[in-house]
Amino acid sequence: MEFGPHLMLASLEGAVISAILVLTAMGLSIVFGVMRIVNVAHGEFFMLGAVLAWYITTFLGGHPALGFGVALIVAPLLVGCSAAFADRAILKRINYDPDRTIVATIGMLYIIQQTTLMTFGPEARPVEAPFNHRLSLPWFEFGENGFVMTWPWGLSTTSYKLFVIIAALTVLIGLWLFLTRTKIGLIMRATQQDSEMAQAFGVPVGKVYSWVFGLGAGLAALGAVLVVPIQQAHYLMGHDPLLLAFIVVIIGGLGSLPGTVIAALLIGMSDGIISVFFSPTLAKIIATFLVAMVLVFRPQGLLGKTVP
Amino acid sequence: MTSSAKSNLLHFGMLAGLVILFFILPIYHVGVLSRVMVMAIYAMGFNLLFGYTGLLSLGHAMFFAAGMYGFGLAIKFGGFPVPAAFVVGLMSAALLALVVGLLALRTAGVAFMIVTLMFAQTAYLVVLYFGKYTRGDEGFILQQAERSLFGLDLTSETGRYFTAFTLFAVCFIALAKLVQTPFGKRLVAIRENEERARMLGYDAGRYKLYALIVSGTVSGLAGVSYALLFGYIGATFSTVQYSIFPLLWVLLGGAGTTIGPFIGVLFMFYLIDISSGYTNAYMLIAGVVLVLLTVFAPKGIAGTLKARAFPWLP
Repeated sequence: MEFGPHLMLASLEGAVISAILVLTAMGLSIVFGVMRIVNVAHGEFFMLGAVLAWYITTFLGGHPALGFGVALIVAPLLVGCSAAFADRAILKRINYDPDRTIVATIGMLYIIQQTTLMTFGPEARPVEAPFNHRLSLPWFEFGENGFVMTWPWGLSTTSYKLFVIIAALTVLIGLWLFLTRTKIGLIMRATQQDSEMAQAFGVPVGKVYSWVFGLGAGLAALGAVLVVPIQQAHYLMGHDPLLLAFIVVIIGGLGSLPGTVIAALLIGMSDGIISVFFSPTLAKIIATFLVAMVLVFRPQGLLGKTVP
Repeated sequence: MTSSAKSNLLHFGMLAGLVILFFILPIYHVGVLSRVMVMAIYAMGFNLLFGYTGLLSLGHAMFFAAGMYGFGLAIKFGGFPVPAAFVVGLMSAALLALVVGLLALRTAGVAFMIVTLMFAQTAYLVVLYFGKYTRGDEGFILQQAERSLFGLDLTSETGRYFTAFTLFAVCFIALAKLVQTPFGKRLVAIRENEERARMLGYDAGRYKLYALIVSGTVSGLAGVSYALLFGYIGATFSTVQYSIFPLLWVLLGGAGTTIGPFIGVLFMFYLIDISSGYTNAYMLIAGVVLVLLTVFAPKGIAGTLKARAFPWLP
């Protein structure tokens, strides 16, 4: 394959990574924005979504689309509810103190991860995609005979990958409408701006926090259900998404939602493209180091306004 | 008896107790205790930064690994004698702490935690990237002949126990004294109220950097000791998990106390030792302990004892 088609393939992979990343990072960003806490267990909620998707599809059996459709709705709901419960049971008791929350969520990380290891086991398990047609993609070239369309060998994607991109976009638009057009969204934004003032105006801040924590975890789980037909479910799979989501949220500016979207695109695309052309470990080293540097020299991120 | 006399008595009594334990404990527990003492050095290094200066680093594994790899690679590829490699290990940890400190201390709070986490992750990936020398996750082994210190056989339980004890005792007494000096008091002042310490004329940024360098070097010493005594060097020791462990130990034992780190390591080692007899998911215990601690006993064992019964506890 030549460079052009190769790059197109890499960008498509990057777009899929971005789509998953934007959902995961959005969950982390909303939680940070509204509650001002860093949720280290976020990656485990992601993993939980994937594992639940495997349980649901295996339990239901039948056509893969049936189980997947149910998992797409049930898994994020279950994960969201358990996260909201964890918020009530643990985080509320420590008053959302930033330092202690980090320690508590590290504890939650190990509890979720190791419980999964004990029940789900150490194997990676696949979930079948609801549909998976191979789509060849055309490539346009300006050669001697003028403008021609060719079908280079190997330049193809699957219908499922396109579905992931479209689904992520849909969820993102839905989330934006939810936050800007509904009353619950308004309450969330009020809490984000000034929680004490919101409380003075009768906003049940404690409940809002639980909702937000559940919503954040649910978004991560949704991303995981979407990714699980491409990548298998495994009890350690939450580690990389957590780190990437952190990177995205920091680069985008802690708590800034538009910044998060832009950064997710940037990181996802460059991750897809760099790991096709260079060594993935080197790419990760450079990315991680650069992000730390961004935080050191521009702590407010690309679009952030206030220093955290 | 004054409280400083009481704390001296406690410190030396504890060290004497460790010597006596060697003679009365079965061989298995002697081995566990040597490991506990090495890890307690790591926890004490972390405690200086977290417990006394109030800076929560989530990347201390990079200092541990810097000491470990500085020592191991100097022997393996540099052909250094053990004492020289020992110094190389300490120097690499100190140098890394200086560089990380200069960069990471520009941030504070949550950003500081994430920056240190990111730096540690970079360090871990660097170890993997140079897998040709470091052997990555698999790690490499230092043979007995390569790590005998002044003719001492460090593969025997006796040699190992007393080397670990000596290193532990030196760090323990030195750090206990350090936090009583004006320097130590200034660190506590920064922890309690950085604005106020600055207003009183102390250069808070410089003291935080010093604290990070000392803390990183002591953590590096723990890494060197581990490689010296147990002869294994692997990338596992630079993973996030090994940055979380000292936090767990110090929180459990009691942050900002001299004996807390040792108590925390001892408690956690036996907790995992006993629970791994029942399940391979022993980190579950660590998770539950962390959550319970943050909710019910944020001061840890020694901290709670100090608040409830023994106000003189150092």
